[in-house]
Order: sequence, then C-alpha cells, then structure tokens
Amino acid sequence: MAKRIDVSDLDIFYGSFKAVEGVSMSIEPRAVTAFIGPSGCGKSTVLRTLNRMHEVIPGGRVEGKVLLDGQDLYAKDVDPVGVRRTVGMVFQRPNPFPTMTIRDNVAAGLKLNGVKNKARLDEVIEKSLKGANLWNEVKDRLDKPGAGLSGGQQQRLCIARAIAVEPQVLLMDEPCSALDPISTLAIEDLINELKERYTIVIVTHNMQQAARVSDQTAFFNLKATGQPGKLVELDSTSKIFNNPTEKATEDYISGRFG
Amino acid sequence: MTAITNDLPRDRALAEPRDLDLRGKSGSRAIKNSVATAVMWAAFAIAVIPLVWILVTVAVKGGHLILDSTWWTNSQQGVTARREGGGAVHAIQGTLIQGLVTALISVPIGVLTAVYLVEYGRGRFARIVSFMVDILTGVPSIVAGLFIYAVFITTFGFTRAGIFVCLSLTLLMIPVVVRSTEEMLKLVPNELREAAYALGVPKWKTIFSVVLPTAFSGIITGVLLGLARVMGETAPLLILGPYTKAIATDLFGGNMATLPTMINQDRDQAVTLPAYDRIWAAALTLILLILLLNLLGRLASRFSKV
Repeated sequence: MAKRIDVSDLDIFYGSFKAVEGVSMSIEPRAVTAFIGPSGCGKSTVLRTLNRMHEVIPGGRVEGKVLLDGQDLYAKDVDPVGVRRTVGMVFQRPNPFPTMTIRDNVAAGLKLNGVKNKARLDEVIEKSLKGANLWNEVKDRLDKPGAGLSGGQQQRLCIARAIAVEPQVLLMDEPCSALDPISTLAIEDLINELKERYTIVIVTHNMQQAARVSDQTAFFNLKATGQPGKLVELDSTSKIFNNPTEKATEDYISGRFG
Repeated sequence: MTAITNDLPRDRALAEPRDLDLRGKSGSRAIKNSVATAVMWAAFAIAVIPLVWILVTVAVKGGHLILDSTWWTNSQQGVTARREGGGAVHAIQGTLIQGLVTALISVPIGVLTAVYLVEYGRGRFARIVSFMVDILTGVPSIVAGLFIYAVFITTFGFTRAGIFVCLSLTLLMIPVVVRSTEEMLKLVPNELREAAYALGVPKWKTIFSVVLPTAFSGIITGVLLGLARVMGETAPLLILGPYTKAIATDLFGGNMATLPTMINQDRDQAVTLPAYDRIWAAALTLILLILLLNLLGRLASRFSKV
C-alpha cells in the first residue's frame, strides 16, 4: 500500500516570491527519505507540497508535477482533501486537539470524515496506538485529554492520529525537534517500524538522526541569500554521508558550511 | 528588596568597594518611586470611589425591597405609585426574555461573521465587513432604536412591540460578539487547523469540529459580556418597548415591561415614597442581573482551552 513519489521540475511560490526552484526527485516506497539542509532552504516547503498543505498558506502556489504512483497530485480534477487522506503528516510541535480525549484524538480523522461505527473506531484506535508504540502507556486513560500527555507521548499520539486514517505516505516535519533524547529515540524506533508499511519522508536538522533513520537523503540548499532554495543532491544515505558527489553537501555534512 | 549579601569579592580589582556599592537606594530614585506609587493609588481610588458609592447607595436604598420575596414573585399590576407592594417579576421576565431573544439572533450572526473574517475573509470585501463592524460598534443605542423605529414602525406600519426592542439590541450586540469571537478564533493555534487539514478534514468541518470547540469558552465569555452590556441599554427600550405593569411575555404584540423602563416609569411618578423605593430596588435588581452575567462570563473563561 506504500506508494512512490516522483517530483519533477517543481517550483514553489509564496505570493510572488519563489521559495524553491526546479526540484526533481524520486522518493522510494517502503523506505525513509530524509530532507536535510540549512534553515530557510525550503525543505519543509517541499515536504508540504507533497500533500498539498503548502496551498493552505495564503498566496502559496506550486508549478510542476508531483506524481503519486503516476497520478499527478496537482492535476485539475484532484481534490486536495483527498490527497491529504492519502498522504498523512506529522508536525514539528506535537499538536493534539485540546478539546478531545486521547481516544477522540486518534479517531479524529475518521470521526470528522463521518465514520460512526463504534466497534470499527475502537479497533482502529487500538491498532493505531499500538502502531505508534503508545498503547501500553495510555490504554487505561483513553478518556483523559490528549493535552495531558508528555511531549513525546503527544507526538506519538499525533503519529497514531496520522496513521489511523491509513495513509499511503507519512510526512514528518522535524518530528523530534521539540522532544528530549529518550522520546526522540522512541520516535526513531517507531519510524523504523513504520517504514515496513509506509513511504516516509522526514525533514530533520539533526544529521545524526538522518544518518540513523533514513535510507535515502536529500540535501537542499539556497543558491544565495534571497534566492530560491534548490535540491543539491539525493542519494542513498550512506553515499551522502560518506562520499557525496557535490562539494556543498560535503561541506554541510562535515560542518564546514559556507 | 535589597537582599544582596555583603560578601562581595573585595580583594579583586574589579570589585573596588567605592565602585560597587549595592547597599541602599539612591535618594532621588526612592522619591520618584514613592510619588509614582502614590499617584497610581490615587488614580485607582478616584476610579473606584464613584463605583462603590453607586453600589452602596443602590444597595442601601433598594435592598430592603428586593429582600422581600414578593419582589421576585409579583408584578406591579394594580399597584399605584402611592401604594407600597407588588414586585418586579414582570420587568425581570421582560428583560430576560428580550435579552435571550437578542442573543439568539445576534450570536449566530456574530459568530459566523467572525468565522468569515478570521477563516475566509481576504481582500476588499473582508475589509469592508470589518470596517462595517467598527462602525456598528460606534452606533449610539438611541440611533439603533430610532433606526428600527423608522424601518418597522414608520415605514412598515407595525405597532411597537418587544421584538423590535430585540432587533435594535441585536444591532448593538452583534459587533461585540463579532469582535470578541474574532479575538478568540485568532488565539486558536494555526497548527490545530493544519493538523485537521492533514487528516483530510475539509475546511468547514475543521472550523466546526476543531476551531470553534477550542475557542468555545472564550466565545461564551464574549457572548455573556455582550449580553450584559445590551441588557442594561435603555434608549431603544424607551422608543420601542412601552411599559406595562402586568406580566407580558408576548414579544409580538402589546406592551412589555423591562427593568430599565420600570425604573423610568417609577421615576416619572417619584413624588411618592413607594415609587421612589421601587426605582432603587429595580436598579439594584438590574445591577445584580448584569453582575451575574459578568460572573458567568468570567467563570466560562476559566475553562478556556487556548
């Protein structure tokens, strides 16, 4: 059920400002692809175009093609809401719905889309929480508010919420940057398990994390200050970290940037 | 708060005792501090004295009547200005009914306008709507009353009735609800909207199932404070809602009493002591009602999720 993503000649705009230029890449199914690069180089922006979340921002628009198993996400007759059901997303800061219980948070995607069958919801809730390695910690307090969990648990709750709608692809925008090392480790273990079933794309500022969890790594960079960001290279993680093709990648990896 | 210890490292060149004396305050700064404190306390006292004065006067002069249970059970039917007795239940009911109907009309319009302005409104039309709300905020209550009178009574030929009072109060309440709801919706973190979008939830459903529930208690607070404001309004009531001494609950026909019009009515006849007492008691009742709404509003804000 995991799908591959092919991006070709993607330009991304905020109003008249071109933020990212000429991105072409292939993201493999059932693997983890990490996006690395300095702040402001457009890696989160590229990530958000993969489930049409970029256009939620006023003025946000995209030129080019993003193919999900050959189907263009930006074709005229494609419904962005449908795209987002297929391509799930986990955000930088844990953002459980504050008015909802743990149970309702996990079921939110299904409930808000009209699923009412309680037996089915309970089944999905248990499966998703187990999938996010959170079940044992919360199974006795499913009716407590989701906001009462620790930061790391909240982030795993958000992952459970994202996988409850059974997406094909899971996008993660710096999912560990607000978490402590223990919670980070828990999420990284979880990513390793999830890649058996999902195509995962993760943005991270932590190069050790990219090296630990990913199979492919894409390095993004700015051409120059004020210029749009671009994809420098995409290759297997071991190649990028040991023997990158581009000099800029090597400089960034080894900390000799700029 | 000069809790600074004296064991400074005096033997170091950086900490010459002459250069670094942390003990005591400098004279002029202490004086400025005292003056500023005194001025602020004086300003506070000036603001509070009239308030306390009003509350005490109203409580002293009206207190004995509202402590009587007949005040809360009887109307003024058959009670003349010279006679004691009767109650204010007709006016309390009228004020509550008119307030409730006003809220029922204003809240959906106000909340949905705020949703439009925060969630959808872009460009020229949104700016016009926002500007109109600003103008409406500044409309004096008597103008709102006269406007409704001109439209419904003069132009369409209806007779004065409670519903027209509600319509004019609606004009005053909508901007309050719009502005307070707008503020609460802006406080809802964008991350929650994005989280819902990322689950494949359509925008309208996100607003109704995630954004509005998150801001719910704040919106309730705004509604109650807005209601408290319009329930004390008098001018539209004088123009559109003729007084009656009997209990009347029909908004669509006949006279209908409210607390402000009861105060006004008894003021007209206040040559006699019983009517004079009833003014104070009705005023106290109105203050208590509005105070209660304010307290409920504050209470609701405690349960805020944002």
